[in-house]
Amino acid sequence: MIELQHIAKSFEVGGQPIFALRDTSESIQAGEYVAIVGPSGSGKSTLLNIIGCLLRPSEGAYLFNGEDVSQLEDRALSHVRQHQIGFIFQSFHLVPRLTALENVALPMVFAGIASSERQLRAKDVLESVGLSDRAHHRPNQLSVGQRQRVVIARAIIMQPAVLLADEPTGNLDTHSGQHIMELLESLNAKGLTLLVVTHDPNVARRANRVIVLADGQIVKHVKGEEMSAGSMPFV
Amino acid sequence: MTVMDLIQFAGGAVWAHRLRSILSLIGIAIGVGAVILLTAIGEGTRYFVLAQFTQFGTNILAINPGKTQTLGIPGILGGTTHKLTLEDAVALSRIPGVEAVVPMAMGMGRVETEGRGRSVNVFGVTADMPEVWRFTIGQGEFLPIGDWDRATAVTVLGPKMKHELFGDQNPLGEIIRIAGYRFRVIGVMEPKGQILGFDLDDAVYVPVANAMRMFNLDELMEIDVTYQSAQMVERVLEAVRRILIDRHHGTEDFSITTQAAMLESLDEIMRIVTLAAAGIAGISLVVGALGIVTMMWISVGERVSEIGLLRAMGAQPRQIFLIFIVESVLLSVLGGALGVFLGLVGALALTWLLPGLPIFVNEQYLMLGLLVAIGTGLLSGVAPARRAIRINPVEALHAE
Repeated sequence: MIELQHIAKSFEVGGQPIFALRDTSESIQAGEYVAIVGPSGSGKSTLLNIIGCLLRPSEGAYLFNGEDVSQLEDRALSHVRQHQIGFIFQSFHLVPRLTALENVALPMVFAGIASSERQLRAKDVLESVGLSDRAHHRPNQLSVGQRQRVVIARAIIMQPAVLLADEPTGNLDTHSGQHIMELLESLNAKGLTLLVVTHDPNVARRANRVIVLADGQIVKHVKGEEMSAGSMPFV
Repeated sequence: MTVMDLIQFAGGAVWAHRLRSILSLIGIAIGVGAVILLTAIGEGTRYFVLAQFTQFGTNILAINPGKTQTLGIPGILGGTTHKLTLEDAVALSRIPGVEAVVPMAMGMGRVETEGRGRSVNVFGVTADMPEVWRFTIGQGEFLPIGDWDRATAVTVLGPKMKHELFGDQNPLGEIIRIAGYRFRVIGVMEPKGQILGFDLDDAVYVPVANAMRMFNLDELMEIDVTYQSAQMVERVLEAVRRILIDRHHGTEDFSITTQAAMLESLDEIMRIVTLAAAGIAGISLVVGALGIVTMMWISVGERVSEIGLLRAMGAQPRQIFLIFIVESVLLSVLGGALGVFLGLVGALALTWLLPGLPIFVNEQYLMLGLLVAIGTGLLSGVAPARRAIRINPVEALHAE
């Protein structure tokens, strides 16, 4: 499903190219649950942004469902993000003036889905994450755990093929984090491909597979179950 | 994304910052309100001035000595300028289709009766003046029909003049002195008002021959000619020109102004004045537009993370652009609507406070005000919206 072929990504800083990723190749199959770990500055977020079609690689090819999306123009990339990829952010990124229901329905607004259908689908998805009674609450009226559930509901509303989560439990207490991971895993169990960037070894060890990054390169692959609790393979 | 979606999304953003939005749209409201108010005064003045001139009727033309569009050097090489005379007026009265001719000479003279006196305009005219100028006799009769070159010591008073000299007393048959000459009052006019600063009610009317003698004039100031129908204007105009050129030895040393042409020119001048007033008021619209640009610019800066989110979930740059444009237009439309309201209330208030001030709210200017507001919103939104679509979504998502 996701095929990265010799991907590199550099950014110009002071006229000099700085490589965030170098010669990275990886293959992720549909339905996999993959954790990406590594120290700060190792290139985890850059890799996630390339997979999420928010960044174009400087070198190499990125095949998504067999199509090379690495050189697509903005409009086509937006279309891929809209229909194939769901994002979950550590800091939620909910629109504060919109209710939970409206936040969940937001991706459908830009996809041109009719208002009546948006309402029905958003209600269904909110119910599936256990927030049907919070549909008309604004983000500041929700707990952080509830906010992350709204974010998950928004990420899956367009029925994407891949869910990309960047530190999904980073802002949550242990209890809420546990619930969120269970929710994500239940989605993965239904066939949704799940990629999680995390610093938390307890989150990483729940994945089928862990990709370890260091200095912009994949340095190790381990199975989640092989990871020891409480420590990261790069430490 | 439908138009309704755009309006709802933009409306939500405007509502979320209510106070800031209201402050920025007030600038547009003041601009549109000022345009409406000043154009209402301009239009009111235009209709007032036109009404002043049409009160003399429309099938009328005026002949004045001198030509505004002449070539050549006066004096040594220039041709002789012939005076406009009573004989010229008599000749014009014989043109087929001409209804009446009024030769007019005028001056300022002191009018006195026992113990009272004031300096007023003295119009030297003929018996047809009320018909040609559409005046009505209030009391007594107007000047007698007779030879135009024959001086008769009778006068007709304007109503204000009568009031000043005689109060509530009957002035008919009374003797007054005009510029030292004795005249018998034979009539009083109905009120007519002012035109171009001449108070037609604060005046006296005497036979033209008397006025010329009184003020030592050897030419007329104007000859007014009325004709039977509007279709005859060209024919009468041509006949007048031909006869006067013949009488003035082949020189066109006079000017003919038809009432229609004069009204057209006046209308044009007043329209330009109105537009100039609207333009001046439009400056405040520019200030209002700057207010919206500033607010939208700040709004984009504050919503970088939201823009990143929208881009991440698949919003096209075009859709982001439209969101900010619609937001800007929404602000300006609300401002424009408030401005229309303020303009109308201001016009009503002026009508109430200054009843003499002519005010006419033209709905075309209302629409123009709103359209300009929408255009202002569109233009004001472009720079902030362009800034929004240039935002890098990855950087934006990390902006919080």
